[in-house]
Amino acid sequence: MSDFLHMGGYAFYVWTSYGIAFVVMLIGIIKPLLVHKQQLRGLKLKRQRGQR
Amino acid sequence: MIMRFLHKFSSPPYFYSISGRLLPWLTALFLALLAYGLYGGLVTAPADYQQGDSFRIIYVHVPAAWMSMFIYVVMAVSGAIGLIWRIKLAEIVSISSAPIGASFTLLALITGSLWGKPMWGTWWVWDARLTSELILLFLYLGVIGLYSAIEDNRTASRAVAILALVGVVNIPIIHYSVEWWSSLHQGPTVTKFAKPSIHIDMLIPLLVMAGAFKVYYAIALLLRCRNELVQREQGSRWLDEILENK
Amino acid sequence: MSADSLSNAFLSVVRRDLLLAYRHRAELINPLAFFVMVVTMFPLAVGADVELLRRIAPGVIWVAALLASLLSMDAIFRSDFEDGSLELMVMTPHPLSVLVLAKVTAHWLLSGVPLLLVSPLLAVMFDIESDVISVLLITLLLGTPVLSLIGAIAVALTVGLRKGGVLLAILVLPLYVPVLIFASGAVDAAASGLPVSGQLYMMSAMLFLAITLTPWPTAAALKMSLS
Repeated sequence: MSDFLHMGGYAFYVWTSYGIAFVVMLIGIIKPLLVHKQQLRGLKLKRQRGQR
Repeated sequence: MIMRFLHKFSSPPYFYSISGRLLPWLTALFLALLAYGLYGGLVTAPADYQQGDSFRIIYVHVPAAWMSMFIYVVMAVSGAIGLIWRIKLAEIVSISSAPIGASFTLLALITGSLWGKPMWGTWWVWDARLTSELILLFLYLGVIGLYSAIEDNRTASRAVAILALVGVVNIPIIHYSVEWWSSLHQGPTVTKFAKPSIHIDMLIPLLVMAGAFKVYYAIALLLRCRNELVQREQGSRWLDEILENK
Repeated sequence: MSADSLSNAFLSVVRRDLLLAYRHRAELINPLAFFVMVVTMFPLAVGADVELLRRIAPGVIWVAALLASLLSMDAIFRSDFEDGSLELMVMTPHPLSVLVLAKVTAHWLLSGVPLLLVSPLLAVMFDIESDVISVLLITLLLGTPVLSLIGAIAVALTVGLRKGGVLLAILVLPLYVPVLIFASGAVDAAASGLPVSGQLYMMSAMLFLAITLTPWPTAAALKMSLS
């Protein structure tokens, strides 16, 4: 297991690469999801105001 | 029949509901491919003879680079479809792809840099592939910048489609000239990012990761397209009905 | 349209642009002065070592030419956009691509040609041999029209925007890379006594490609900007 984490001495480079990839791709999913929630909330508010 | 399919598919409410139903399946597919690819790349594949375990960066670097180019082509083609046939969904697909493509380009550059440092001692090398990726990043930034500078969405989509098409024609030319330039200053040493002699156990995880990244692109694209669609279709009836039911 | 009236249209657009530029001829100096000043900055920045300067000269002169060309690029369409003559041009029965080609030709005559004339002086400042200077001139002759042609696309895309300037540079510089690489590559090769025909053929190919392919996206972009 520790061999695996050690990556033959290249641990920093390998894990940083995978880590950054993971973070970038995660943000790429979470951000649109958050925007979607915000949008729907905002539109619902607009509708309610319009209907009054 | 294809035109009918495209017509149906490009209707906003249809697209919105279909994409909503596809997303969970795509997510499952992505996670499965990712798990298989990561296991293959990090555990099963034997360490490279010359580069040791650092070569494993290839499993994010190469798929990211492939995606950066693939997405640009998709962006240009959908842009062209939007430009010629004025199909809104094509415009949306085109501009939604840009930030995803730019992220992959950035990722390719960063992982390329991290791969190069232990091998050749410097954080940056002016080799053909990294330099081309850098220029590709600038092309993406241009598209994103131009779109945000134009107020009207539909005009902006037209502008960006023209730019993306000009870019896509230029990319092979740029790539070729950078290759030529790089070979001048390289000398007889090994080209910096020559792939390790590819063993089948090394190749399969690479292809699986490439597939996983493609599915990821589909997921991220659908999410962004839905947002852009909602933005553009404010006030329309189908959207109101959805809001009512939520 | 007969071919006759088409060439008339072409020539009258070129003539008009040249005339307008002549009326503001003080402004013609600006890109040229910029060119000379940028080139002068480099020895100040890297030191006066003649060997070093001779090696970086082709690249420096070409990058300075790129930047100077960018400066005057905006002018191709902006003033016409603002006073409405661009709209008139779009509405004429003549194909817009031809008129675009005319405007780009005028731009090249006004910005590219002066660069061509001044660059031998700069080359001498960097102690480049005369046969290398002639290669430099050929690359500038083949390359500056390409800069104008490709730049026109980016200008057409941004002409309707208020702060188009910096965006223009971002859009166009990646597209300039092949010209830059082969031009400075040719001059470098000449300086080392190596053959330059390959690079020059590439540049000619790029020139013909640019003449034939760029007017269409430029025209489309103009129509988009006017809408």
